[in-house]
Amino acid sequence: MIRECARAAAAVIALIAGSAQAADHFIVVQSTTSTQNSGLFDAILPWFEAESGIDVRVVAVGTGHAIRNARNGDGDVLLVHAKLAEEAFVAEGWGVLRQDVMYNDFVIVGPTGDPAGIRKGTDAVAALTMIAQAEAVFVSRGDDSGTHKAELHQWVRAGVDVAQASGGWYRETGSGMGATLNVAAGMGAYTLTDRATWLAFGNASGLEVLVEGDPRLFNQYGVILVNPEKHPSVRAEAGQRFIDWLVGPDGQAAIASYKLGGEQLFFPNAR
Amino acid sequence: MQDFTQEFIIALKLVGTGDPELWAIVLLSLKVSVLAVIISALIGMPLGAGLAVGRFPGRRVLIVLINALMGLPPVVVGLLVYLMLSRSGPLGVLQLLYTPTAMIIAQVVLVTPIIAALTRQVVEMLATEYDEQLRSLGVSRLSSVPVLLWDGRLALMTALLAGFGRAIAEVGAVIIVGGNINHVTRVMTTTIALETSKGNLALALALGAILISLAVSVTGAVSVLSLRGERQGVGHA
Amino acid sequence: MRDYQAPSDHPIISVRGLCIARDGRAILDVDHLDLDGPGPTIILGPNGAGKSLLLRCLHGLITPDGGAVSQNGQALTDQVRAGQAMVFQRPVLLRRSVAGNLDFVLRRRGLSRVARKAEREALLAQGRLADKARQSARSLSGGEAQRLAILRALACKPAVLFLDEPTSALDPEATQEVEQMVLRASGQGLRVVMVTHDIGQARRLAREVVMMHGGRVIEKGLAAQLFSGPQNDLTRRFLSGGLMV
Repeated sequence: MIRECARAAAAVIALIAGSAQAADHFIVVQSTTSTQNSGLFDAILPWFEAESGIDVRVVAVGTGHAIRNARNGDGDVLLVHAKLAEEAFVAEGWGVLRQDVMYNDFVIVGPTGDPAGIRKGTDAVAALTMIAQAEAVFVSRGDDSGTHKAELHQWVRAGVDVAQASGGWYRETGSGMGATLNVAAGMGAYTLTDRATWLAFGNASGLEVLVEGDPRLFNQYGVILVNPEKHPSVRAEAGQRFIDWLVGPDGQAAIASYKLGGEQLFFPNAR
Repeated sequence: MQDFTQEFIIALKLVGTGDPELWAIVLLSLKVSVLAVIISALIGMPLGAGLAVGRFPGRRVLIVLINALMGLPPVVVGLLVYLMLSRSGPLGVLQLLYTPTAMIIAQVVLVTPIIAALTRQVVEMLATEYDEQLRSLGVSRLSSVPVLLWDGRLALMTALLAGFGRAIAEVGAVIIVGGNINHVTRVMTTTIALETSKGNLALALALGAILISLAVSVTGAVSVLSLRGERQGVGHA
Repeated sequence: MRDYQAPSDHPIISVRGLCIARDGRAILDVDHLDLDGPGPTIILGPNGAGKSLLLRCLHGLITPDGGAVSQNGQALTDQVRAGQAMVFQRPVLLRRSVAGNLDFVLRRRGLSRVARKAEREALLAQGRLADKARQSARSLSGGEAQRLAILRALACKPAVLFLDEPTSALDPEATQEVEQMVLRASGQGLRVVMVTHDIGQARRLAREVVMMHGGRVIEKGLAAQLFSGPQNDLTRRFLSGGLMV
């Protein structure tokens, strides 16, 4: 019994020691579900890791959640898609500098039956207005993520107060993009999604893209180094190296090369 | 549905062929949960036994509290452990967030009350039965604890299994404090959550099947060991 | 009647002013009792007479509301109690093997591995349990279990052995075996104090009898005298089978 306990204690210590040992060789990136669920990180990170020897550990949560985690110092690099919130993050001193990395776009997907009749539209605001008028079920992320923020923007433009419809035809899942798409598929509902997650999504049965190509549905991703002056624990050097790679020619080329089903998911646009 | 069945079979074959990445995930799941259960047992068993045989003010309150803590919501535990281990939290300097150690800590918080509460029950029943006999033999209250724990070992094994079941199946806490980082903190349940959110339902279900068979094998192995022990003369609990 | 020569160190257990009350009623009230005669001592009486309660007080399992128990003039300290052992009505066996139950006690006595083995084997042979040493103690029959409980008590090397109705749940054959073990223990110089309500058993075993009723000792004497000529009317009625609880 005592010998077993000692062995267990030793194992725990080894585990702790093991995680501390590798401390200098990794960075934590707070990012969004869309970058992870689309498979982008799995595709491009090995290139950077091979070149730099730095292990990139991605925590994928909603943009709002990622920003809060980064603010707590629980990450070295922030890679999200909500420009206003990102700029505020830097302005408040939590981040060093915000740089554009890549973009794609949001699309409105919905049931093949299309009860609100928005198919083939290119005007997101008009489409959302029609959905609201038809009181067709619309599923929202409702999780303060970048996609959620973008969706709420369009509702404001359309002059629809979704808060009033909440629980009625407007349903907030409070979950990630994939989980929300699952709900939309299950309910035969409309939702706004980033194109990358949509293309990588495997349970799209009965859903299709109905509205796309609206310039207002532009989805910009930015990258920020968490400010080491606020959090001395930030691995600034390694983090900056990752950012430099990401916005440099190699990283940009890697992003451009990632395709799913022949379609490019993210378009590099770092300056 | 036809499609789904075929997909599921393909996914099962995929996970059955011994993909090294998958086995790393299975291994990490086991490592985290087994260690969590061992640590919880080291804390929960003496605690439960102490509650069973000890006589001190506040004992009843503590028992009610521990029984209530058996139903702790994993997400809340995950959040609390996150707040403790975050860089901005009191234990931030330990750099444990997003490591397997953080996941073990969260699971220990979840499992310890289960083991403590069940141990308390087992030991209290046994203590009532043994009370006069042990006092007759001159065994003090304190030194009766190891005797009661040892004699309750079969029932306590069930308590450990209950704890293990809770730990291995839990996702809410480990995804928050572990971050579901590929190759670092990704375990069975967080992988299932991730694949579900990617819409890969068949793959998620196949992974779920592995998780279930894992839980069943561990439970079965322990049961067989207990049964053998019983036949060799350790008696029933 | 056999001739009895009490060993010089035969313990004498004394009770002074012993009293236990529940809900304002005395359920045990023994003012003066000395177990100083030859053994075995049988505490006899109908159900509810307070026999088991008295026995537990003698062994220090129950602290009385008033009064005290002493052994050879010494209070019941842990050291004195270490020289006592008790066998209960329902044997409480540890969830271990038969041998493990004996080892538990032998280990507490600090015996070496070799000494433990020797003593354990002697005890198992004495209780005719040698072939069941490895078996789970919980799988023994009632008689075997009680025999093991007695062996375990003897393994304490006590000077005093208390038994609380040890045969009340046993068949006649198992009862006889237990009685033989009790007589043998007494013959080896242990002071045996046993509670029973079985008059036949009392006649078979007792050299000294304490007759109880309603929480009091109503008569005490040598077995030969008490059984042939009881002084107390209640004793007489109990012995003739006419005393109800």
